[in-house]
Amino acid sequence: MSNRLNAMLPVGAPLAVDVRAKRARNAAGETVEIIAGLAFALAAGEVAALIGPSGCGKSTLMRIIAGLDPAFEGSVERAPGARLAMAFQEPRLLPWRSVEDNLRLAAPQSIAAERTALFDALGLSDHRRHFPGELSLGLARRASLARALAAKPDLLLLDEPFVSLDPALARAIRADLARLIASTRLTGVLVTHEVEDALDLADVIYVLSPRPAHILGEVRIDTPRALDPARRAARAADVERLRGSLKPT
Amino acid sequence: MGARLGSLILMLLVWQAAAHFANPRMLPSPLAVLDSVRLHTTSGDLPRALAATIARVAASFALAMTAGSALGYAMGRTRALDRWLDAPIVVLLNLPALVLIVLAYVWIGLNETAALIAVALNKLPNAVVTIREGARTLDAGLDEMAAVFGFSRWKRLRHVVAPQLAPYIAASTRSGLSLVWKIVLVVELLGRPNGVGFEIGTAFQLFDVASLLAYALPFTAIMLIVESLLVQPFERHAARWRPARG
Repeated sequence: MSNRLNAMLPVGAPLAVDVRAKRARNAAGETVEIIAGLAFALAAGEVAALIGPSGCGKSTLMRIIAGLDPAFEGSVERAPGARLAMAFQEPRLLPWRSVEDNLRLAAPQSIAAERTALFDALGLSDHRRHFPGELSLGLARRASLARALAAKPDLLLLDEPFVSLDPALARAIRADLARLIASTRLTGVLVTHEVEDALDLADVIYVLSPRPAHILGEVRIDTPRALDPARRAARAADVERLRGSLKPT
Repeated sequence: MGARLGSLILMLLVWQAAAHFANPRMLPSPLAVLDSVRLHTTSGDLPRALAATIARVAASFALAMTAGSALGYAMGRTRALDRWLDAPIVVLLNLPALVLIVLAYVWIGLNETAALIAVALNKLPNAVVTIREGARTLDAGLDEMAAVFGFSRWKRLRHVVAPQLAPYIAASTRSGLSLVWKIVLVVELLGRPNGVGFEIGTAFQLFDVASLLAYALPFTAIMLIVESLLVQPFERHAARWRPARG
């Protein structure tokens, strides 16, 4: 996939996230703190992975970064004019448009050959004319990923993109995505709870605390997207150490 | 389809049987009505009346649906607007059609504008209420998707909002069409010099039941055809993406 796709992806844009506080009202009417002091900055072309327990506010953070939730204290600085794309946790495809039309609408500047390359890479070639309702959840997630990539984002947000894909396919798509990121200067934020996802894709891993979310620590990957097994194991151990630091001993 | 045709034939037979026993001035037989249709068609009165009435139905229906959809959408999306306009809509919904028609003729004058506005105002609140219901159930997740991918306003309307509202628009069209054409006849009876409603008024004054039916039945038939040739195919088209229910 890489050769044809490389040319279509533009350079990344720097990103600075500083969420001092994010509160929300729950169903019982109480104010709960979801994020408390979470800041990080990415240079153009850097990919961060956020790992944290489920329900810790990762998705909320992603919505804030995407500009969908302005009700927080702090700031998110994206380069002006930076093109944004996101793969949501649910596919969020337009059910009344074919898979290909979904891509075309989100990425009007994409040409047919680019879309074909994406469909091939993600195993969607037989489904471009199908409606999303005819797809399995795994296929719909891939279509959602294809849409995000077709938009040629400067900043790509991936919210648990590999959940509910079978492990072999998740591995294959992860490898494709890693190649793609390695060959461009795409800036990215990936939310996941799989250390493997983070090790394959990220330059830096931020380990988040349970709610209210803040950064427990960061793990830098010295050779991003090209880890040898020994280093990989060492970085995975770093992440686990940070994850365990909160647990009672 | 077979059942529908069968019940139509049965209705004709019952009519024929009833006409056999009734005074022909009160209830002419189907053939007598057909004869009257032929008479009024060759004189050109019936086609002219049908054309005038259908034009009024189309114009007032389009007016009501456009304004009603826009208002209903805005009210479904903006809570403050909904709170302010809900009461007037409920009043309008419960105001008898006749009151609106008479007021329109008194205030605006006995002209085409008054007639069309009176009919449109009768349909408007129904459209508002139905479309508002649809606008309230719009998928917030798709809105966010459209925002992230920078959909333009038009693109959102065309590809995100309209398909979600389509079932509501279809329901409103279906109920609206039958409401509008019934009210158009009243408007014509009260203050227009032509159209099916006006001809029915004339037939009433002459106690000419055959002419009355000769105007009413072809018009009803046309409305049925519009419903099955335009409304139903639109509904099918709007629902084509839904997986077949199994």
